[in-house]
Amino acid sequence: MSIELGHFALILCFAVASIAAGAGFLFWKREGHLTDYARQASMLQFILVLVSFAALTQAFVTSDFSVALVYEHSHQLQPLIYKYTSVWGNHEGSMLLWVLILVTFGAAVALFGARLPRDLLALVLTVQSGLTAAFTGFTIFTSNPFERLSPAPFEGKDLNPILQDIGLAIHPPLLYIGYVGLSICFSFAVAALISGRIDAAWARWVRPWTLASWVFLTLGIAMGSYWAYYELGWGGWWFWDPVENASFMPWLAATALLHSALVMEKRNALKVWTVFLAILAFSLSILGTFMVRSGILTSVHSFASDPTRGLTILGLLAFIIGAAFALFAWRSKDLRTGGLFAPISREGALILNNLFLATAVAAVFVGTLYPLFLDAATGQLISVGPPFFNLTFSILMAPLLVIIPFGPYLPWKRADLLAVTSRMGFAVLATLILWLVVAVFTGAITSLAGVGLLLGFWVAIGAIAELADRARFGKASIGTSFRRLFGLPRNAWSTALAHFGLGVTVIGIVCTSAWETERIVAIQPGESVTIEGYRVELVDVVHTEGPNFISDDVNFDVTAPGGGVREATSEKRIYAVSGMPTTEAAILTYGFSQLYVSLGEQADDGAWVVRVWYKPFITLIWLGCIIMSGAGALSLTDRRLRIGVPQRVAKAEPEPAQ
Amino acid sequence: MKWLNRQEYPLMTETSLNTPKRLTRKQKRLLVIAGLAVVVGLAAALILTALRDQIVFFYSPTELMARPELAGEAVRIGGLVEQGTFERNGETNQFSITDGNSTIAVTFIGLLPDLFREGQGVIAEGSLTDAGDFSASNVLAKHDETYIPREVEAALREQGVWQGGE
Repeated sequence: MSIELGHFALILCFAVASIAAGAGFLFWKREGHLTDYARQASMLQFILVLVSFAALTQAFVTSDFSVALVYEHSHQLQPLIYKYTSVWGNHEGSMLLWVLILVTFGAAVALFGARLPRDLLALVLTVQSGLTAAFTGFTIFTSNPFERLSPAPFEGKDLNPILQDIGLAIHPPLLYIGYVGLSICFSFAVAALISGRIDAAWARWVRPWTLASWVFLTLGIAMGSYWAYYELGWGGWWFWDPVENASFMPWLAATALLHSALVMEKRNALKVWTVFLAILAFSLSILGTFMVRSGILTSVHSFASDPTRGLTILGLLAFIIGAAFALFAWRSKDLRTGGLFAPISREGALILNNLFLATAVAAVFVGTLYPLFLDAATGQLISVGPPFFNLTFSILMAPLLVIIPFGPYLPWKRADLLAVTSRMGFAVLATLILWLVVAVFTGAITSLAGVGLLLGFWVAIGAIAELADRARFGKASIGTSFRRLFGLPRNAWSTALAHFGLGVTVIGIVCTSAWETERIVAIQPGESVTIEGYRVELVDVVHTEGPNFISDDVNFDVTAPGGGVREATSEKRIYAVSGMPTTEAAILTYGFSQLYVSLGEQADDGAWVVRVWYKPFITLIWLGCIIMSGAGALSLTDRRLRIGVPQRVAKAEPEPAQ
Repeated sequence: MKWLNRQEYPLMTETSLNTPKRLTRKQKRLLVIAGLAVVVGLAAALILTALRDQIVFFYSPTELMARPELAGEAVRIGGLVEQGTFERNGETNQFSITDGNSTIAVTFIGLLPDLFREGQGVIAEGSLTDAGDFSASNVLAKHDETYIPREVEAALREQGVWQGGE
């Protein structure tokens, strides 16, 4: 019964969203009650999808196998948390989650946007309703999660064992919030193009939404990377796989958008470009959904997929993106460029940032989609692997990393590079000293790793030095400096922290890539393998039973170089229902480095093939991402950016701070 | 924003803002656009060069056997793991990949994916040796038992082995 209710709610939402979108586009020019209707329609869509999602969740939690989707992807013996996560551990359910987040954002704008100009609010909600209509329609007509089975089977087919992990509870929702949050920026951009009114205030309204999406996208990608790292058992944290690139491109675009919206907000410049980026970021999100869902590109993260759906998404994609860019081409020439600035200025630095991020998006885009084009054009099958991405991406990122620390030092409009550089003396000195010590110690001084480390230190130290410079450390008394430091606005802190986090991630990537070591051996219980001074001894193998799997637990004793023994367990599981084997790697963290122990098969003579990696400073990669997200969240709490407080932004020029 | 405060930025005083402009607005913009164009052009050249050098071609066993001159070049092959050919000796794995017409012997040192089985569709990355067998640096099987890589499907379809639907 509740399943039918959920199905009905979703259909009703489709109807409401279609009507709201149609009416909105037809009548947006007429003042009156349209805005109120649009807001009510957005709230209604949210409630309907919530009901729908709750109905599906209930079916999964109670293991109602009369629902085809529950039968396909769940099992009574699954632990309760995986019954919940099974809801989106499949195509249909994940589309419903996608739509739920879409309408949640729409409702949030409706709720908190009371102070936006009424016609802009109406238009934003109209575009958002249009997106909701498109994606609920897609869900209902091609991926209906509410289909029934008759007669109902007694038992389900179980969720794919690889997905039976806490990662599924965290990664897709985070990533989807990030992806779909960009829809608000898209809606704002389209609304601005339709109404033809776009100014600094617009940028100020868009920025919190971009920032929020960016925070979630950053966390989602980092979480996905860590999940793949520990679950796939290959010890890799990033494969440049199409599915990964699909989430990385919107992130790059959103990062560019964050920075260009800053220029627009402060200086009323880069309008056309910012609007373009807002459309691009969400377009890349839908493209990502399309690539993941259609299975059109071979990916290590692919699950069963259906090409017919892919075609429908492609059509949807072509329509949404095509319409938006057509509108952009038609209307953007009416947007007047604003503030004038010299090439060497904060605007100039931010433009360089956008330039490199945009070319990086282009590089990833070309590398990801080129196999498709070539296949379609010549039938030749190729793959573009990590060498292409590592080469192009690192060359494009290196200059960006060099200029990042300069950015926050540069004043708007025009800057004196010499004076700025002289203020950065401490940062340069500190970076060089630290780098020399590390590079001589590791012997990396002339290698590529040395260059990478130098860039990482430069970005991280430059960010902190900028805060110190602003607090006038060394120029004022220590007490005054600390008072100044903590009195700095949150935006200054969040900029510095975000850049610092990036530096930390870069250092982690360089260290892991350059100094990772691995060994593969076949060992019997009682034997051991030594890597980088760590002695890994295979103690014994214990047969255990989990709720829905049986497992060989292989126990290791790991002796660190400085002494001290820790126990670790790798598991070789076989899931009862699917008969599918999985490997759970044992991961031990020493400081920022990790020891990763993965298992192969047991040979006939009883020996186990064991693959051991030592991954120096690998946790810095994710730690840096967490710092970046934290910085974004901090910036969101800045009073000036708070979503409900745009009352002062009606002025064209932002007023100087008090 | 407070941190853009002019008092904190001695550079941004009124005098420095009022220094006479040497270039007109139009010239300045042209200069900036030219600079951007140069960077974009370099980036495009970089991407295209990398694309030419770094791509890896995919062959079915039949195609690869027909082209011994590819020995030593990094390629991907795909097909089914032939029944009865899989042998493991410690960390060294040997098996054959077939597309129903030709078969290539593959050697791989390392851990095979959990879902690696005889009869299963796999992709192997590596290169053809002069002896005519394949030395793999990486073997990919999929997370999902019902999933078959697109390339493998195409290779099998070509040889008439593929039984599944479109």
